[in-house]
Amino acid sequence: MFYHLGRYVLFLIRVIGRPQKHRVFFTQIVREIDKLGINSLGIVVIISAFMGAVVTLQTAYNIDMPFIPRYTIGLAARDSILLEFSSTIVCLILAGKVGSNIASEIGTMRVTEQIDAIDIMGINSAGYLVLPKVVAMVFITPILVLISMGIGIAGGYMSGSLSGEVSPAEYIYGIQYAFRPFYIVYSLIKAVVFAFIISSVSAYWGYYTSGGALEVGRASTRAVVTSSIIILLFNLLLTQLLLA
Amino acid sequence: MIEVINLSKSFDGKKILKDVSTVFNKGQTNLIIGKSGSGKTVLLKSIVGLHTIEKGDVVYNGNSFVSMGSNEVRLLRQDMGMLFQGSALFDSSTVEENVRFPLDMLTNSSMEERRDRANFCLDRVNLTNVNHLYPSEISGGMQKRVAIARAIALNPKYLFCDEPNSGLDPKTSIVIDELIRELTQEYNMTTIINTHDMNSVMGIGDKIVFINGGVKQWEGSKEDIFNVENEALEDFIFASELFREVRAFNRKK
Repeated sequence: MFYHLGRYVLFLIRVIGRPQKHRVFFTQIVREIDKLGINSLGIVVIISAFMGAVVTLQTAYNIDMPFIPRYTIGLAARDSILLEFSSTIVCLILAGKVGSNIASEIGTMRVTEQIDAIDIMGINSAGYLVLPKVVAMVFITPILVLISMGIGIAGGYMSGSLSGEVSPAEYIYGIQYAFRPFYIVYSLIKAVVFAFIISSVSAYWGYYTSGGALEVGRASTRAVVTSSIIILLFNLLLTQLLLA
Repeated sequence: MIEVINLSKSFDGKKILKDVSTVFNKGQTNLIIGKSGSGKTVLLKSIVGLHTIEKGDVVYNGNSFVSMGSNEVRLLRQDMGMLFQGSALFDSSTVEENVRFPLDMLTNSSMEERRDRANFCLDRVNLTNVNHLYPSEISGGMQKRVAIARAIALNPKYLFCDEPNSGLDPKTSIVIDELIRELTQEYNMTTIINTHDMNSVMGIGDKIVFINGGVKQWEGSKEDIFNVENEALEDFIFASELFREVRAFNRKK
């Protein structure tokens, strides 16, 4: 573990170097935002809508007591979505989708000597390939999390009102009740940290792949597993630091 | 000129290269030959610095590679072009973008100038009307030629080729060999080619270095190679039926 930790730190030092050509760098960032972020919008929307719907229904079924006001369903759904689901769960999903994409793309470039071809030209391959992905993910993930929050709450509204478990007025009152804007800031801070973890850890596994197609697959699996575990660890740490 | 001095390299405690020393001259096609697994690729990758040099040194025109700082290595590498065994073209870029890549990254010229240079290099390797195709849409021989065009885009002083003929038919192999030889003379480059293709040896081998088990066992020219009394080299050369027949024919004469 310490071997990988040390090598990961050295890798990050190489990644966070001055870009060779700013023009190329910004073009790559835009491309990566599209590839890693915009292309993930569909899955984020679907997951968030169902997540919000299920959280609302589960909350409604579990607080089926006359002395608890119905608007608490909206309140509980809002807090669950803002604090945990939209940041952590969406980022875990992104660790699977984007993380495996990054690791397999860079891993394939490694085993087909494309990375060697970049190095031989005197170009910092780690910086050229990885930095735009990290910057793009750090930029786009908070936006995806914000979208997820909106869709999640809308999904809760739809399921609550269609099932008749909570009236639209009660749900809207609940999601506004005792609202703390810091919850959104907290979620966005987590999104930025998780985005960095997903992109850099996945790139690390891809960059140090050696062998062939089998190893690229292994690197992809390692990228998803490692970044998911680190996300859960940092989730605990950030919750303790920011909400305690 | 590239001078290799007592170069050694190990992986996981296993010695792959053992004190290899030789000189590769400018304007010549220098061939490193040997069986698969003999250490040719490790030697080539150690020379260009893709493998860290464990012991010994590589001297580029009097400048020691081992003593160079990272900035000097970066500058030296801008004088290098390399053709990889699998071409190593970027899958997601078109042929023109592949050739333009070093120009985009390392020069300040305008887009028009970079395009002109890329087209010139593609013309030079006899490729036309393929600019907008992706590497997966062209043949293996064409991919090699695109890789050569990319390697010469920045007018390199040194050209390195790792098994340039692997996966190619004999006729295309000759075309690639001749192209490398012509470019070496045209740009007055120091060219080092890894190969186990005896047709290349006989066709373009100005200087030949034979590696066996990580040890340099022989060096000389293609004219001398048939007169060498080295069992491993003889096994290597006469592994082909054709060359055995040529030897038998010569002995009869």
